Amino acid sequence: MSPGPQRLHVDWTRCDGHGSCAELLPELLALDDWGFPVSRTGEREPAVPAALEGHARRAQKACPLLALRLIPAGTRAP
Amino acid sequence: MTSTLTTQRLLAGLDHGPVPRLTVEALVDLLEASGLTGRGGAGFPTVQKIRSIGRGPVLVGNAMESEYLSHKDALLLRAAPGLVLDGLEILAIALRARRALLAVGHRLDPGPVREQIAVRRSSVEVRHLDGGFVAGQESALVNRLDGGPALPGDPLVPVRHRGVDGRPTLVVNAETLAQLALLARYGADWFRSVGTPDDPGTFLVSLTGSTREVVPHPGVVEVPRGTPLGDVLASAGTPLPRARAVLVGGYHGTWLPMAALDAPLSREGLAPYGATPGAGVLHVLDQRACPLRTSADVASYLARESAGQCGPCINGLPRMADTLTRLAAPGADRALAAEVDRLRGLVRGRGACAHPDGTAHFVASTMRVFAGHVEAHLRGECHALGRAA
Repeated sequence: MSPGPQRLHVDWTRCDGHGSCAELLPELLALDDWGFPVSRTGEREPAVPAALEGHARRAQKACPLLALRLIPAGTRAP
Repeated sequence: MTSTLTTQRLLAGLDHGPVPRLTVEALVDLLEASGLTGRGGAGFPTVQKIRSIGRGPVLVGNAMESEYLSHKDALLLRAAPGLVLDGLEILAIALRARRALLAVGHRLDPGPVREQIAVRRSSVEVRHLDGGFVAGQESALVNRLDGGPALPGDPLVPVRHRGVDGRPTLVVNAETLAQLALLARYGADWFRSVGTPDDPGTFLVSLTGSTREVVPHPGVVEVPRGTPLGDVLASAGTPLPRARAVLVGGYHGTWLPMAALDAPLSREGLAPYGATPGAGVLHVLDQRACPLRTSADVASYLARESAGQCGPCINGLPRMADTLTRLAAPGADRALAAEVDRLRGLVRGRGACAHPDGTAHFVASTMRVFAGHVEAHLRGECHALGRAA
């Protein structure tokens, strides 16, 4: 069963700017002036195209602080 | 203060009698019919908050008043503490709340409300808390009340799902509670008899000036939503030629130029200016102050008030404030203006709470409303100071 369209959520209370996410997912994430991830798409929580989902999951697993999450695209924005 | 401008409801000082008992259905109908919105800043329809909360919640009355320019909750707790308690009790009964707490900020006196609680033998628990600008933010307050540090939580887990004691938690501003106390007694038609159809009722306005000359009579007034900005300023004795601009909503708010004096203080009336009534703050800037210097000082204050939790806020807000401060020096490099704009775009949407967004909004408003002043600074002039630098 496919989980459906996903987007990337950064838990800012955890993120410490390790930077592996932007390294593994440069299509969606860059690093800002201080090494914290910043969306490349202009969306707060960039949608993950199906073709990039594998890379996105690797980026999620690589985050040492579990700050990066893939969440269903329909999750209500806070 | 003229009696034609103000509408004394919250501040009428009347004895309104016993607290009405409402079922949750009656409460939802009443809130729906009245159109009451939160008076704490975000302006969310109160009925939606009630609908989104599960049964057996913890209730939190928010009288932190962590917005530096706001003084309304302090006045309410002094002049009408019973109404704030009534509001909490009405919600507690209708929602079958497990607990009801009232968080009172360190600038406020919890004495009168504690007396009321003792007289009524109410089970409302008062917490007198210190903390800065972010301490009144919903999730930071809930974490604090739950025994943790006053830090905002990740918004993926909203407090309406998991808050105090791990239970669904409803946080309602003190003024909203007091409005509910009257609404429950006098009904939706009464509530809507002042204000505008889209933004009914009264609200408390905290009016201050950057100098005593520009607002000779600062204070808190209760006026109908939709009252023109200029009428409120006139009631405080503001000499209009002396005023340069008015900050509406608070430090996360919006500058209005003096050309906007006719703007109605309602959601729809302020929307064309990119502003909202927020927590009811009006702060008048004296013509003799440099608006960039003043705004840079506010941005610096907001940077210092970061909870220090989220990287883009910890780093971005001080950089943005420093850049604005350098721009406020006449003869500044043009590149600084572009850098301010880049930084406010960079911090937006990148924090657990709205502090970076609110600060970016304030800075955007500064750059827009005082664009002419920015140009003057770049030419090495500051007309507020009446001389070339």
